Amino acid sequence: MMSEIPYFAVVALIAIGLYIVMFKRNLIKLAMGIVLIETGANLFLITLAYRHGDRLSSPIFTSQIMGGDAAAYSLPTPHALTLTSIVIGVATTALLLAFFMKLYQKFQVSTIDDMRRLRG
Amino acid sequence: MSFYNDLITHAPAIIIAIPLLFAFATPLIGKINKYVRNAWAFTAVLLSGALAYVLAWEVFKNGGDPNVYVFGGADGTAFDVLSNVRISFYVDGMAAFMGIIMATVAFAAVIYSFSFVKKYTGQDKYYTLILLVLAASFGMVFTGDVFNLFVWFEVSSVAICGLIAFRSNRGESFEGAAKYLIYSTIAGLFLLFAIGLLYGQYGHLNIKYLSSAIGANGSMMVLDKIVLGILITVFSLKAGAVPMHMATPDGYSEAPAPVTAMMVTASQAGLYAVFRTCFTLYGGNIQNSLAQIDLVHAAGYLLVILGVLSMFVGVTLALVQKDIKRLMAYHAISQTGYMLLGVGVGLAVFASGDNTDFAEFGRTAMTGGIFHIFNHALYKGLLFLTAGAIIFKAGTRDLNKMGGLGRDMKMTALFFIIGALSIAGIPPTNGFASKFLIYESVFKFNPVLGAVAMLVSLLTLASFVKVFYAAFMGPKNPEMKTGEVPKSMLVGMAVLAGMIVVFSLLPSLVIGEIVSPAVTSLAGPGPEIGTSLTMFSGQGAWNPLVLLAVLGVTLVIGYVIRMLGQKGTVPKGEGKKPYLFGNPTEVNGMPFVVPASNVYWGFTRALKRYYKPMEKMHSGLINEYVFWFVATAGLVMLALTFL
Repeated sequence: MMSEIPYFAVVALIAIGLYIVMFKRNLIKLAMGIVLIETGANLFLITLAYRHGDRLSSPIFTSQIMGGDAAAYSLPTPHALTLTSIVIGVATTALLLAFFMKLYQKFQVSTIDDMRRLRG
Repeated sequence: MSFYNDLITHAPAIIIAIPLLFAFATPLIGKINKYVRNAWAFTAVLLSGALAYVLAWEVFKNGGDPNVYVFGGADGTAFDVLSNVRISFYVDGMAAFMGIIMATVAFAAVIYSFSFVKKYTGQDKYYTLILLVLAASFGMVFTGDVFNLFVWFEVSSVAICGLIAFRSNRGESFEGAAKYLIYSTIAGLFLLFAIGLLYGQYGHLNIKYLSSAIGANGSMMVLDKIVLGILITVFSLKAGAVPMHMATPDGYSEAPAPVTAMMVTASQAGLYAVFRTCFTLYGGNIQNSLAQIDLVHAAGYLLVILGVLSMFVGVTLALVQKDIKRLMAYHAISQTGYMLLGVGVGLAVFASGDNTDFAEFGRTAMTGGIFHIFNHALYKGLLFLTAGAIIFKAGTRDLNKMGGLGRDMKMTALFFIIGALSIAGIPPTNGFASKFLIYESVFKFNPVLGAVAMLVSLLTLASFVKVFYAAFMGPKNPEMKTGEVPKSMLVGMAVLAGMIVVFSLLPSLVIGEIVSPAVTSLAGPGPEIGTSLTMFSGQGAWNPLVLLAVLGVTLVIGYVIRMLGQKGTVPKGEGKKPYLFGNPTEVNGMPFVVPASNVYWGFTRALKRYYKPMEKMHSGLINEYVFWFVATAGLVMLALTFL
């Protein structure tokens, strides 16, 4: 049961993030919602790395070293994936915030209601 | 030959390395001067493009057998157990086919850019981002690893959004860029989640391995179905399929014209990923279980539904636009529908396991859909470039304010006509050749779908007649600049127009040489459609040369009849005036002009009940757009899980 708690956190983070993106109107909140979804996805990847039982492929860390259970181990690949996706996340968030900043400079836009020049 | 063999072996990596390396060196080179920098960017697209063509040549020669490149592998090509944990590139017929599309359009777009962005600041960054878009598009189609696919997906979105916001003097470009970025970022995160699910289940990311693992125990798990649902939705969003298309017109219309042309190919990389998911990831070992066959069959119908929606909604919305680039953006959505429809029908028949049906029309539908990808990249790229040329000279993108450009811009008008005939599927263009295959095979699958496909072509023609009328015909607006656009823009357009002419004259050879290997690498070998100069769809045949000969003879006969007439006749009285269907020729001393947005007034008014909710749906609120995406993803997952 304990090992499943992170999955609940993943679902909660993604659900809250999606709720914000779908229903909140402030641009900064929108960016925060996207970051929350991203955090949820990253947490999901990290959680997947922790396994118990037969080793599927090359683990680099077992809890035996720390004097723990020898069968619990951590896969390296999801950590690499998460690191990559964090870097991508930083890039997209920075770009998005830059766009919001420029929009504010141009039109004093702070909510999505003002951001509908392009439509139809 | 050894050097050549080494080159081919390492080509998948080099093709991506060249634009990446050149991209990040561009700001440095730009310090020297702008001519060197332009030459530098040109060299990058030329080298990687030429290599993409050479690689494609080798792949097609082997009938679409993949050229595998394993990063960090012992000799680059060996595919062993360890390869599953390494990133590998997997260039088969389909990937090579997409690769040459990217190369062609990027080549034309970069040449076009030389004059087009001349007056803007920040050109160093512009070329950097253009090359990054190219690298990302190549990466998306060559990769054989789902996480790598996600990385290229994101590189593509970020670089494209940077370019949409290139004209920073316009606030609207930031709006378009922000919407496009929010949309594609959320889609990317869904993709990451789906990749996590795949990894959690199978412990690998390699597409080839996953394809053999999915359904290997004889049943489909719910998670497999959910992953398929997410992947289809996300990649369709990238391709711009209705109802996940809302940010696409915003991005397309705000980006500079050459970037829009490249965005078309980048979105086709999304389309490629849809096909790759359905045919290779899930359909690679389809005989594993009945559940898998059912699932892929359902996915085929899903693609058909997405395709029909995209075709119809895209074209009807395009008809009422008055912004020239927005109009063309909706057409891009509409044409994407044809590819989804063609390949979707192919997939549905492929998965049904009915080999006679597949040989009879399923394969033809796929061939048509995949051929249409190349044609679409050519004519849509050309049309966006002509739209850029029109905006360049007219100084406005509003069709109501344009007019009379045909007097000065004869070459642009010619290129526009070539592109417009091709997109509307008028014989003898290449657009007709691919649509012909789609009509005939889809009609066999379901007559209603075939009829819809024809109707959409008709509306496409109507809408381009409107653009031609508004931009090139009529009285000239005295505020507009005169003269033809600069040479480099003409050359960029001529490259694509020339390709269209070649493809129009020899559709059968093109299908036989490059489309068939692509179809084979997705769905296995089958009967050839293009074996001679005449193309056989299974139902009918098409040979543009015959049609051209008939047209030529008709022209000669017409000319002879004209010669027989009386010489020196001068029209008198009413005959002198232009015929305007009973409308006055002048109003208050000004020439009478119907504004572009009123051309199809009767049509839009009659369909008021359709257009009202459509207008509400495209509200411009990014919240609602995201809601549509999430709702579609949910529906697709539910449909795949329970049907």
